[in-house]
Formats: sequence, C-alpha cells, structure tokens
Amino acid sequence: MPLLSLKAVSKGFGPKKGRTEVLHDINLTVEEGEFVAIVGYSGAGKSTLINLVAGLERADEGEVLLAGKPISGPGPDRGVVFQSYSLLPWLTTFENVLLAVDQLFPDLTPQARKDRAKAVLESVNLGHALNKRPSELSGGMRQRVSVAGALAMDPKILLLDEPFSALDALTRATLQDELERIWEKHRKTVLMITNDVDEAILLADRIIPLSAGPQATLGPAVEVALDRPRDRKAMNHDPRFRSVRNTVIEYLLGPGSRKARASKKDAPAAAPQVERVEVPA
Amino acid sequence: MAGSTKAERLSLGTIFIPLLGFGLVVLLWSIASHTVAHNLPSPSKTWETSRPYLVEPFAKRGELDQGILRFTWYSLILVAQGYAVALAMATPLGFLLGRSKLFAKGFDPIIQILRPVSPLAWLPLGLVLFEKSRPAALFTIAICSMWPTVLNTAMGVRAIPQDYLNVARVLQLSPGKTFFKVLLPATLPYMFTGFRLSLGIAWLVIVAVEMLTGSPGVGGFLWQEYNSLIYEHIILCILTIGIVGFVLDRLMSFAEAKLRAVV
Repeated sequence: MPLLSLKAVSKGFGPKKGRTEVLHDINLTVEEGEFVAIVGYSGAGKSTLINLVAGLERADEGEVLLAGKPISGPGPDRGVVFQSYSLLPWLTTFENVLLAVDQLFPDLTPQARKDRAKAVLESVNLGHALNKRPSELSGGMRQRVSVAGALAMDPKILLLDEPFSALDALTRATLQDELERIWEKHRKTVLMITNDVDEAILLADRIIPLSAGPQATLGPAVEVALDRPRDRKAMNHDPRFRSVRNTVIEYLLGPGSRKARASKKDAPAAAPQVERVEVPA
Repeated sequence: MAGSTKAERLSLGTIFIPLLGFGLVVLLWSIASHTVAHNLPSPSKTWETSRPYLVEPFAKRGELDQGILRFTWYSLILVAQGYAVALAMATPLGFLLGRSKLFAKGFDPIIQILRPVSPLAWLPLGLVLFEKSRPAALFTIAICSMWPTVLNTAMGVRAIPQDYLNVARVLQLSPGKTFFKVLLPATLPYMFTGFRLSLGIAWLVIVAVEMLTGSPGVGGFLWQEYNSLIYEHIILCILTIGIVGFVLDRLMSFAEAKLRAVV
C-alpha cells in the first residue's frame, strides 16, 4: 500500500458559477521512503496540491489517502515547510521548534522536549542561533529552522512547498545539498513542490511535471535513476541527468504548456515560466 | 567636524525652533489679550495667578483649592479606572469581531452608530443607570474610549497571515494555545495602536465628565474657576490637560515601538 495516494482529485475556487478548477483529475502515489518532486509553472496550483495533502484544504472530487485513510484535516503526521512564514516571528528559533515538540511529545519530560528541540536545530547546524528571532536570521537560515521544525515532528511524510524559491541561487544550492544530506540520514518520505527542474533532479527519486493551469493535471512521471549521494557538479555531465531534464522540460514546454492546453479554446499563448530553461549542450 | 554640525543642527531643530514657536504663540496671546480680547487674561497675569498652584503642585488648601498636579492625579485615577473597564470590554469584543464574520455582520452597524456619540450624551444615561456620579463617569469614559481598541483589535485579527494560522492547524494546537501562541502575539501591535487611541479619548472625555459631575480634578477645577470668574485658571487647566495628554500619548507610542521591535 502506498503511503500517500491521490485518486482523481479535483479542486476549484470561487463561487459555483464562474468557478475555476485549479487542479483536475490528479492521480498520484508516493511510496514509503520515496522522495517525489512535482515540478510546474508558477500559479498552476502547486501550493493547492500541497494544501490538499496537508489537510488545509479539501478536495472537491476524488480522495486523498494517507496510509489508506482519508485525510480529514491538518495533522502533525504531515510536516509542512511553506515557501515563507512557517515560523512565528515572535518566538525564537528554539521556541518555534519547541512549540512543535511540546505538541507532539506530551509524554516526554519538559527537559527531554527541550533537548529534542535543541538536537534537531543542531542537526541543521543552527545550534548557535537558538535564541535568535526569525527576523534576525537570513532567509536560508529561516528555511533551515522550518525544515528542522518539520523534522522535529517526526512526521510520516514531509511536505515541502517551494521551500527554497525565495532564496538567492547560492543559498538555494547550499540548502539543497543540506536537504539531500538530511534526507540521506532520515530517509523520510518527501513530497516536494518546486519550479526548479535541477533542484528536483538533485533531490528526487521521481519527478512528476504539473501542467499549466487552469485545470492543471499531472504529466507522466520520470524516474531519476542517478546514484546517491548526488554531486551537482558531476551530475551536469551525466547523460542520464540530461535525459531526465529534457523529458521534464519537453513536457512542460510541449503538452503541458499553457499554449498547448489552451489551443482548444484559441486562447492567447502565454510565455512559459519554467525557471532556468536552457538548451542542454 | 561633521558630527558636531549635525549635533548643532539637531539641537537647533529639536529645541530652538519649537521654543520659537511657543514664544510666537505667547506673543500673539499677549497682544490679543491687550487689544481685542479684554476678558482673556494675559500670559503674565495667568502666570501670577497660577503660581500658587504650580509651585506647590500637591498642596491641599481645601476641597476645591488644591495644587494642579493633585487635581491631575485625581483625574488620572478616574481615567485609569474608566480606561481599564474600556479595555476589558473592548479587547474580547475586538477578537470576536475579527474572528467571526457572523458576529461582525451583526454588530458592526451598531458599533458604527454608537462610536460617534459624544460623552456629553452618554453621561446623563450613566447617571440614570447608576444613580451616582463616579460609576456614571467610569461608564462614560469606558464607552467613549473603547471603540478604537475594538476596531483596531478586530482589524489586527483579520490581518493575521493565513500562514500563521496554518502553523497552528498543522500542529493541532488547542484553542487556548492557538490564542496565546498565535492570535494574541500576531494582533498585539494593532491592539496597542487601539490602546493608544483609546487612552487619548479617555483623557479627552475626563474634562467633560468632571465638569458635569463636579468631581475634583482638572476638569472640575476648570469649571469651578469659570464660575468663580478666575479665568487665568481656565488657561492653566487647558495647558495642563494638553501637556498630560501629550505625555500619555508619548508614553504609549514608546511602549508601542518597543513592542513592534519584538513582534
């Protein structure tokens, strides 16, 4: 049985008349211990997809199952890292993580909970920033705290909603490497949403493109059979890397593009917004 | 060198120019009292008559003849009590308005109608309800000054980013914990803006309330001195009320700024 499965899921917003369907007929399974990345256009409904799994929103049609049981609301068995704001600015990093730990391990002694929160922050190299508030941290450090907070919950699945998209390229690369390291250690099941194809290839076992919206739907999955740990420099020269990259981008610019999907309606074609699309050498 | 000129410019801008403004107003006041407004006491006469009240600010020579700071103290106590009642009512009301759309729909029109009503209109109702002047005064101060806190708190609650609420939902925080860990801290800066504006209104209301109830305080003193034809003291009271109001506002702004630095 897959850990997570979405069956014929659709979700729309707005009043009944003039309702726009954001996600249409989404089918997805994620196995235990698997790292799945969903790559798609900005505004295609990627965050809506994560929110459905997180239980923050409900599907209009179809079902979302976690370990075979329908998801009825948000819960700590799914750790979420949002693009931004997953930290409460009036709490220190330590207090932010402790809030999650306190909530999830009520049976532990207060000291044991504190130790756990501290250990988690140290595991993402933030032992020195325990008593800093989020506003005193860089964007990259904040996201590291968010990841630490989500890990501290010891969830069944980690949901990452464009976790690094608000960061500059260098910080992003560092955090991607770090996430890979953390994942190697914990081997948590991860569902990551991103608009960065390279990020997906570096981290994921399987990449699924999400077509442009409205009525965005998932394209054919692409397995990433590269050995781990993956090295971003060596990877660039690996023909398998290029082939995965081309397959994903070809779908997004081809059948999954707004132009192709809107062609029936004769709508004007919008420029594709996939980040860092370049012709591979 | 650059530092010293900057410091000089600072003292020029922050001390000298405001003093110049004060001097100009006093000059105009003096000219007016000597030319067109013959009932207006001149600055020098105001100073002379007010001196006993200023040099012995805490003296108590009789029930209605006390130092100006003593009167101010009475007024501040009354304001503090009325203000406390106002906050105790306004804060929960603000949270309800901000959290519940239904509640907001039902009560927002009533609030908009009650908000602009003058303290002079509330006081008689308070006297009818409580039959004594002090509770009536508290009632009037509370009901006039609570609205900015109600509206700002409600606005603050509505402005909480969904992401913060999602954190609470994902962690399945209890309603109490959600309130103290998420809602309250996120709303606090807005609440404080409301608190500051409410305090301003409470102080504004005190004079009217004291005049009408005849209770001892700056406002009561002002009214009594008007009846005793000691017009200099009216000006003394006006200046005192203004300065105290200004100091209260500064103090609240300071607290607000401190708070914003944290949140």
